[in-house]
Amino acid sequence: MSALTLTLKNSPEQRIDMSPLVCHLLKTLAVEDIAALTLQSGKRKLRVDELFTIEGSDSQQLIIKNSHEKLDFIGKDLDGGSISIDGNAGAYLAMGMKAGDIKVSGNAGLYTACEMKKGYLEISGNVGDFLGAALPGNKMGMKGGTILVKGNVGQRAGDHMRRGNILIEGNAGDYCGSRMTAGTIAVMGQTGRYLGYAMRRGTLLLWNQPQLSASFNDCGAHTLAFLPILFASFSSLNSSFADMAQSFSRVQRYAGDMSEMGRGEVLVKI
Amino acid sequence: MIINGVSIDATFAEAFPMKATRAIITAQNKKWAMISAQAMTGFATSVIACGCEGAIERVLDPSETPDGRPGVAVMFFAMGGKGLAKQLETRAGQCVLTSPTSALFAGIDGGIRIPLGKNLRYFGDGFQSSKLISGKRYWRIPVMDGEFLAEATTGQVDAIGGGNFLVLAESQPQALAACEAAIEEMRKIPNVIMPFPGGVVRSGSKVGSKYKTLGASTNDAFCPTLKGATRTDLSPEIESVMEIVIDGLTKEDIDKAMRVGIQTVCDLGAKNGIKRISAGNYGGKLGPFHFHLQEIMA
Repeated sequence: MSALTLTLKNSPEQRIDMSPLVCHLLKTLAVEDIAALTLQSGKRKLRVDELFTIEGSDSQQLIIKNSHEKLDFIGKDLDGGSISIDGNAGAYLAMGMKAGDIKVSGNAGLYTACEMKKGYLEISGNVGDFLGAALPGNKMGMKGGTILVKGNVGQRAGDHMRRGNILIEGNAGDYCGSRMTAGTIAVMGQTGRYLGYAMRRGTLLLWNQPQLSASFNDCGAHTLAFLPILFASFSSLNSSFADMAQSFSRVQRYAGDMSEMGRGEVLVKI
Repeated sequence: MIINGVSIDATFAEAFPMKATRAIITAQNKKWAMISAQAMTGFATSVIACGCEGAIERVLDPSETPDGRPGVAVMFFAMGGKGLAKQLETRAGQCVLTSPTSALFAGIDGGIRIPLGKNLRYFGDGFQSSKLISGKRYWRIPVMDGEFLAEATTGQVDAIGGGNFLVLAESQPQALAACEAAIEEMRKIPNVIMPFPGGVVRSGSKVGSKYKTLGASTNDAFCPTLKGATRTDLSPEIESVMEIVIDGLTKEDIDKAMRVGIQTVCDLGAKNGIKRISAGNYGGKLGPFHFHLQEIMA
């Protein structure tokens, strides 16, 4: 059985809600039923086969080809299976994802992996603001799983993050790790202003010295035993994070945000 | 059955169901991992009064440990899960947490999860933090030499305790030399420990005593100085008897350890003063696991 492949026919005029097209919801449907599903696009509802040409039948391996940044909510609440996106993804990619894996060859928009619970998300390009964050008004962002971004991420990555790993090979925008409750964000590139703003607990693991707020206090240089274990857990990833030459256990530790409870830490490679 | 002049008794070792766990201690170098492991497994020879039986299982290469440092695997056995968990936690807190540069990891992935660093974290007084890595939770506890890293839980599994054999020799030095050789080989077998000092017991016991307060007393039938004073199991030429007790995760593990140990003793043979191999049992009424010496050596 070959993967269910949806190829976008034309660039959409309106944003499209892709949330019905997730593996666990398609499990019991025949290809004809999937073709007849309707997707919200602006104020209209469009059939799947109006928007996409459909090939293959294995709905547990979904491929979206010719993908566009107006395709929102791809992989929303995904509970098993895999989605491969050839092109860009819109906002709310992998929102509330519970299990499975999603790979994107291009960029992803705002609120990617917001409130993600488990699973694996890999983005080859750049990502917008609020990666792994909480939805506006909510208090809990990403609660588990791993996100790998090979490009750069926007502002407020990991806002209100509770658990899990966000791995960024490129740069992170301002307010990275803001209001974090726990979890790990690793950034190989540069970080913006207000790093870890109001973070309570959690770890920001950096390859480059950041511009830190006055509410982060230097705790000195240390060799931390958990870092080799953390890096070993990345060894299966298709990423620079898997390269043991990039790993380290000697860090400068900064505790903060002292204007909050101050149990968080920024660890900078030395 | 006679092997190299050593007579193998047609008897069996009687063993009991126990609960077991394993932990891995790592440190900056092998010396400090070993110091920590020796402290943790101290006073753990017998459940009769120690609360558990424990010993070093083996030394681990850095490539075998979770944090890539030299390590030591230790195992503990107790009659019940609750007692085992309490012993493990107390020993981890007083002997490993306190030991310079140490870290503590689970040695059994499956089984019932029992606390390892889960409650030790409170020593951190609120400064402790945890990391969930590949589904395993680790606690980072700030201590004066840096940070103590401990996995939250380890596995508790069903196991067997009390496998044993007795080495009957013409002299005390010969009995000890045979036991030392046996222990050296038996320590290469995974999943077993020999919890007594150096792996060898010189005071094997029988069930009961003439004193009402004691549940166990000296095994007078195997005491060479009582050959003429009690109903002895010893022939006139036997001057010393030593026992090796084995706790293991499975019957097969104990079988293997006993076979290796007895074979090593028999290799020394009668010319080195080894006369007989026997085993301790209680008539088969108390323990459900019977290790028949002649079957093991067949």
